[in-house]
Amino acid sequence: MALSGLEIFKLLPKTNCKECGKPTCLAFAMQLAQKKAKLEDCPHVSEDAKEKLAAAAAPPMQLVKFGNGDNEVQVGRETVLFRHEEKFYNPTVLTVTVSDKLSGEELNKRIEKINSLEFERVGQQIKVNAIAVVNESGSSEKFAAAAQSVKQGSELAMILCSDSPEAIEAAVSKTSDRVPLIASAKEDTAEQMAKISKDNKCPLVVKAPSIEALSQLSEKVKSGGVENLVLTLEDKSPRESLYNSTRMRVLSLRKVFRPLGYPTISFIQGDESEQVAAAASLICKYSNIVVVDAAEPEVILPLLTVVMNIFTDPQKPVQVEPKLYSVGEPDENSPLMFTTNFSLTYYTVESDVESSRVASYILVVDTEGTSVLTAYSGDKLNEKVVADAIKKSNVEEHIKHRKLIIPGYVAVMSGKLEETTGWEVMVGPRESATIPKYLKEVWQ
Amino acid sequence: MAVPEITESYTGSVNRLTLGATSQSGGTRATTVVVGGAANVVYGGSDTQAGERPVIAIDVLDSRPNDWPEYLSEPYKDVLDSPAAWAKKCVDEFGAEIICLKFDGIHPEKGDKGADHAVSVTREVLEAVGVPLILWGCGNDEKDNQIMPKVSEAAKGENCLIGTVTEGNYKSLTAIALADGHNLITEAPLDINIGKQVNILAADMGFPLEKIVTFQDTGALGYGVEYSYSIQERQRLAALSGDKMMAMPVICDVGHEAWRAKEAKSEDAPDWGRADKRGPMWEAATAICLLQAGADILRMRHPKAISTVKDFINELW
Ligand code: SF4
Repeated sequence: MALSGLEIFKLLPKTNCKECGKPTCLAFAMQLAQKKAKLEDCPHVSEDAKEKLAAAAAPPMQLVKFGNGDNEVQVGRETVLFRHEEKFYNPTVLTVTVSDKLSGEELNKRIEKINSLEFERVGQQIKVNAIAVVNESGSSEKFAAAAQSVKQGSELAMILCSDSPEAIEAAVSKTSDRVPLIASAKEDTAEQMAKISKDNKCPLVVKAPSIEALSQLSEKVKSGGVENLVLTLEDKSPRESLYNSTRMRVLSLRKVFRPLGYPTISFIQGDESEQVAAAASLICKYSNIVVVDAAEPEVILPLLTVVMNIFTDPQKPVQVEPKLYSVGEPDENSPLMFTTNFSLTYYTVESDVESSRVASYILVVDTEGTSVLTAYSGDKLNEKVVADAIKKSNVEEHIKHRKLIIPGYVAVMSGKLEETTGWEVMVGPRESATIPKYLKEVWQ
Repeated sequence: MAVPEITESYTGSVNRLTLGATSQSGGTRATTVVVGGAANVVYGGSDTQAGERPVIAIDVLDSRPNDWPEYLSEPYKDVLDSPAAWAKKCVDEFGAEIICLKFDGIHPEKGDKGADHAVSVTREVLEAVGVPLILWGCGNDEKDNQIMPKVSEAAKGENCLIGTVTEGNYKSLTAIALADGHNLITEAPLDINIGKQVNILAADMGFPLEKIVTFQDTGALGYGVEYSYSIQERQRLAALSGDKMMAMPVICDVGHEAWRAKEAKSEDAPDWGRADKRGPMWEAATAICLLQAGADILRMRHPKAISTVKDFINELW
């Protein structure tokens, strides 16, 4: 967090020599706090003060990257507790585990399954973006072999999970070019793990039983020269995890408590339902990497969607491209309706049209990403905008009839719209949910 | 370096509100439920500030739904024609602490049923179960104004939660809810200012603020849950800062919204995983997200989703 003018003043020489061009050190400090002056302008500032000022200016949460090439992921550098205050920056890395007890065909199948956890939602690709290899076998060789297989079988970023420095050493030696995240260093293994992390330039997870112990351990590892750290608390119930995760986020961002100024990772336990619940809540509440065992699409898709939604920029309404969309395989007699390019509006309508099983055209009108009512009251939706969209979309070449279904909420624009376009206007339902009924009963 | 103390200076808290009235308080409910009371953000500070445990209200429809996906109606297939039996099943088998009686069937496009029907359904359900009730209109202003006051009267003294009233249509239901001693749901279209405005309008009619629950149109996971999420977080922060017009407990319509998502209801989408599990997962994940932002009452539908979320709530609160 930035220092106040007074706090900066305390670090200055206090000689008022004026060489910075300001009348006093205090005046200079005030300007510095407002970013109207540069520290370099004072020739007398001590090295110690420089360091302190630089440290204070550093972001409160470290950015950590792992994986390589196109599959490099980055986590951390968050700035707020609530997404509406600004936004959440680096989406949670959803990770699925692979046990090193698996081998051969079984192992490859599991890796393949994880690779395939990729979906398209509202025009965006979302996917699992890391694999965690877990040392359940207790054997270093098996762990290294499994890590090797994962490296060969998947492009995804890797997390190597073992409490044994020997096992980590063995696995890292096979995979260091992929910059895996090493998980985890504990109090008693911190030195060895830190060395492996440093030698191989791989980021490191530090693990401790309490926030207090974790702060001490992260300090210790950092002073040993490892800066790319990720934090985790040992063996916590969902309840403890969520309270602690929240407390850690507050400490790192609001208190700028540097020993906790790193991203966090959570390892989720339990049956599928428990995993969905714990993972969804930890995605919302501040875990930067969430590791689950479940690899079924019906578990992963909702979790990836949580990440997508929570990390959406609240300042920018998500928009779809204004153009003509087909639902099903519409022909020249199919219904045509329009809606706005606010993605939420569009996808709701699309989903309801789809469930009607009546092949249709949806004309998306550019309302700068606002919903029907908001657009209408802000005059971003009027007969001209709709007429324009009809022209641009060449919809007249796709259908024979000249009937346009309009949202029930803007029934008032019917008259003018008919005048401007020459089309017959049909007032559709107000609620998108009643579209199926409308298409089946009223349309024709 | 010692870990610093976190000191919050919150002055306000979310109102505590009781739903249901037992015979001692002039009703016939066997149980009552208290909601609200949080004095911090979700998981903020210590768990002593978390307030009451969030509660799930299971939806019962006044008329057989004809648009429910098969995997949703399956668990209820033997009771869909009888709201009383349906409500009883929710309480006995799925552990419902509140029943939300949703009057879809009075909607002009969904059956257009009249007041006699709505009143007798209300009486039957009150008779069949001992838990508190939510009485929720159909969303068509005209029909709601015509019928919900009669529903309110039929449940007089039961301390139900009745709604919804909106900025454009609040007078008749607010007045009758006040007269019949119910709690009131104020609704706004994902707009925090309108939400506050409706509360003010109800308060101006003499409706006690501490008997109001707010409802912002819920977005399902993948369909705008982030809007509901941020509005709820902002509302909670406003409550904590002492804004009396924003200190109401929050209700979310999870089940209905989640099951509109194609990820929940499509039966032929093998890439998305097993169809029988997908819907309940989608509903549960939507509910879990909303809990993180401070939901106090969740309206839900599928028993599997309900048990997932219930387990989570019991673990966390
Ligand atoms: S140059 Fe430095 S020491 Fe001199 S007045 Fe400015 S701030 Fe103070």
